[in-house]
Amino acid sequence: MRAILLIDFGSTYTKLTAADLDTPRILGHAQAFTTAASDISTGLEHAMTRLRSVCGDLNYEARLACSSAAGGLNMVACGLVPSLTSKAARLAAFGAGAKVIKTYAYQLTRSDIEEINAIKPDILLLSGGIDGGNSEVIIHNAGMLAKAAGDFPVVIAGNRTAQDECAQLLSASAHPVFRADNVMPQMNVLNIEPVAEVIRKIFMQRIILAKGLSRAKSLLDGILMPTPSAVLKALALLSRGQGKNSGIGDLLAVDLGGATTDVYSIAKGDPTNPTTVLRGLPEPVIKRTVEGDLGMRYNALGVLEAAGVQKLAELSGLNTQEVQSRIEQYHKDPALLPQGQRDLALDTALAAAATGIALSRHAGTLERVYTPVGPVYQQTGKDLSQTEQMIVTGGALIYASNLNAIISGALSMQDPMVLAPRQVRLAVDREYVLSAMGLLADYDQRIALCLLMEYFGREEAYAVV
Amino acid sequence: MRKTMVLGVIGADVHAVGNQILNYAFTEAGFHVVNLGVMVSQEEFIEAAIESAADAILVSSLYGHGELDCQGFREKCDEAGLKGILLYVGGNIVVGKQPFEEVEKRFKEMGFDRVFGPGTPPEVTIEALRKDLEGR
Repeated sequence: MRAILLIDFGSTYTKLTAADLDTPRILGHAQAFTTAASDISTGLEHAMTRLRSVCGDLNYEARLACSSAAGGLNMVACGLVPSLTSKAARLAAFGAGAKVIKTYAYQLTRSDIEEINAIKPDILLLSGGIDGGNSEVIIHNAGMLAKAAGDFPVVIAGNRTAQDECAQLLSASAHPVFRADNVMPQMNVLNIEPVAEVIRKIFMQRIILAKGLSRAKSLLDGILMPTPSAVLKALALLSRGQGKNSGIGDLLAVDLGGATTDVYSIAKGDPTNPTTVLRGLPEPVIKRTVEGDLGMRYNALGVLEAAGVQKLAELSGLNTQEVQSRIEQYHKDPALLPQGQRDLALDTALAAAATGIALSRHAGTLERVYTPVGPVYQQTGKDLSQTEQMIVTGGALIYASNLNAIISGALSMQDPMVLAPRQVRLAVDREYVLSAMGLLADYDQRIALCLLMEYFGREEAYAVV
Repeated sequence: MRKTMVLGVIGADVHAVGNQILNYAFTEAGFHVVNLGVMVSQEEFIEAAIESAADAILVSSLYGHGELDCQGFREKCDEAGLKGILLYVGGNIVVGKQPFEEVEKRFKEMGFDRVFGPGTPPEVTIEALRKDLEGR
C-alpha cells in the first residue's frame, strides 16, 4: 500500500483524507476543530488521532495540505476599465482561490489608498491596459501603491510595456513585487492562469508564514494552495478528464458558508441559441466567483439586503418581522444555532436565497435588442441554463436536512433573462473529497481523477431537483 | 510607432462583412486594429479605446440608424478622458437617400472628425487616417 494524507485546514474544521494510491481507494476521513488562533498543529493532531482509529497507523509517503484557515486569502484587485481589466483581475484572483475584498478601476486616489490600508490585503493584484495599450494609469497606480502601508506583496499583471516602470516605482517600498503576464493581453482576451500560478506561489511561500500557519509544517509537506483553488482543480479535472478518460462534462458547484458563498462552473457557456450574439469580455471555462456579502451567519444581513425581507418570508413561511429580528440576532451572534422548526425554515430560506443570488451573479445574462431585422439576443457572460450537474460542498449545504428545498428555492428565484441552470442533478460532497482530490491532482492526476469518478462519475451520485 | 485604432459596427447593426474587410485593410496598412466586430455600443468603443490607448475610433454603420446610434458619442469620449481622440464614421449612416454634404455636416457637428459616405474604398479612409495622425 502507498498511503497519502490529504489535509484541508478549514476555517472551522481541519479535515483529513487518507488514500491508498495502489488500489486506488480512499481509506478514511476524519475531522477536528481547526486551532488557527493558537497552534494549528493541535487541531491537526486531534484529527490525526481520529483518523488512526478509522484506518490504523499508516506510513504516509506524502502529506499535502490546503488551507482556508485564518481568514483564507484576501485580495484587492486593481484595473483600468471596470468591465475589462478590472474584471479580468477580479476573475484571476477568484481563480487563484482568493476572496476579493475590493476591486478598483481607473486611477487610485489617496482615499483609495487609505481604504486599502484599512483592508490590509494579503496580496494586491495590479493590472491595467492591454499589451502596448494604456500605461499611464497602471504607472500612476504603482506610484500610489508604493505609499500604501504594510508589506503586502503586489503582483503586477498589466500592460507589459509598463511593467518595468511599475516594478521600479514599487521597489523603493516595503511591498515585495512579483510579475506575471498581462491578465488581458489583447482586447477581450482573458489570460488568468499565469497570474493564478504566481499568486499560488506567494501563498505557499509567504502568506502561510504571515498567518502563523507554518507551525504545522513539521507535520506535512507544506500547505500548497488555498482550499478553493484545490476545489477548482478537482472540479476541472472531474469535468474535463485526462487522456482517454473524458470526464463527466460541464458542471457547477456551490459552497455555502457562514460568511461567503462560492460558485464554480466548468463550462464554456457559449450561447445555446444560434441567434444569440456574445458580447463583452469572454469568461474563463474554469470560473469561480465569491460573494463576500452572502453567508448563513456573518453575512445573513447581506442575504436579507440582497433578497429582500419579503422573499425570505415567502421562502420560509415566517412573517417579515420574525425574519428581520432573527437575522439581526444572527448578525450579532454568528455562533447561534437554529432552535426548532421556525429557525430551520429560516435557515432553508437563507440558504436558498444566498445560493440563488450567488448563482445569478455567477451566470451570464441575456438582453433583447430590437433591430431592423427583428429582435436579436445579446449574451453577456456564460450561458449555464443547460448545465445540469451540480455538486454542493461546504457545511451549510452538506448537512442541510432539506437540501432539495434549498436548491429548488434557489433555482425558482432566477430571472428568466439570467442564464443560471433551470434544473439540476445534485451530488453532495459529504466527505470533502473535492479539496482532497484537488491536492492529490498535483501529486498524481490519474489517480485523483479515478477517485473523483468513483464519487461523482456515476449516475446514482446525483438526484434530480 | 504603430498606431492603434478601435474598429466596430455600432448599435444593433449585424453587418459583419464590411467590418472584416476594414479589419483586413487597416491591418495590412500597418495599423494595430482592435476590432470589436458587430453590435458594438458606444461604451464598448470607448472602453476599448481607453484600455488600448487608441489613437482613433472608426465607427461603421450600414443599416440606416447610425445617426441615432452616434448621438452623444463625442461627449462621452470627453467624459471618459479621451479628449481629442480621432472619431471617424462611415457607411450607410442615415435613413434613406440624403445629400452627403448635409449628412457630413450633421455628423461633424456631432463631433466626428471625418465622415465617409456609402461605397468609400478603404484606401481613402486609410489615407485620411494617416494624414490626420501625422505628427500626433
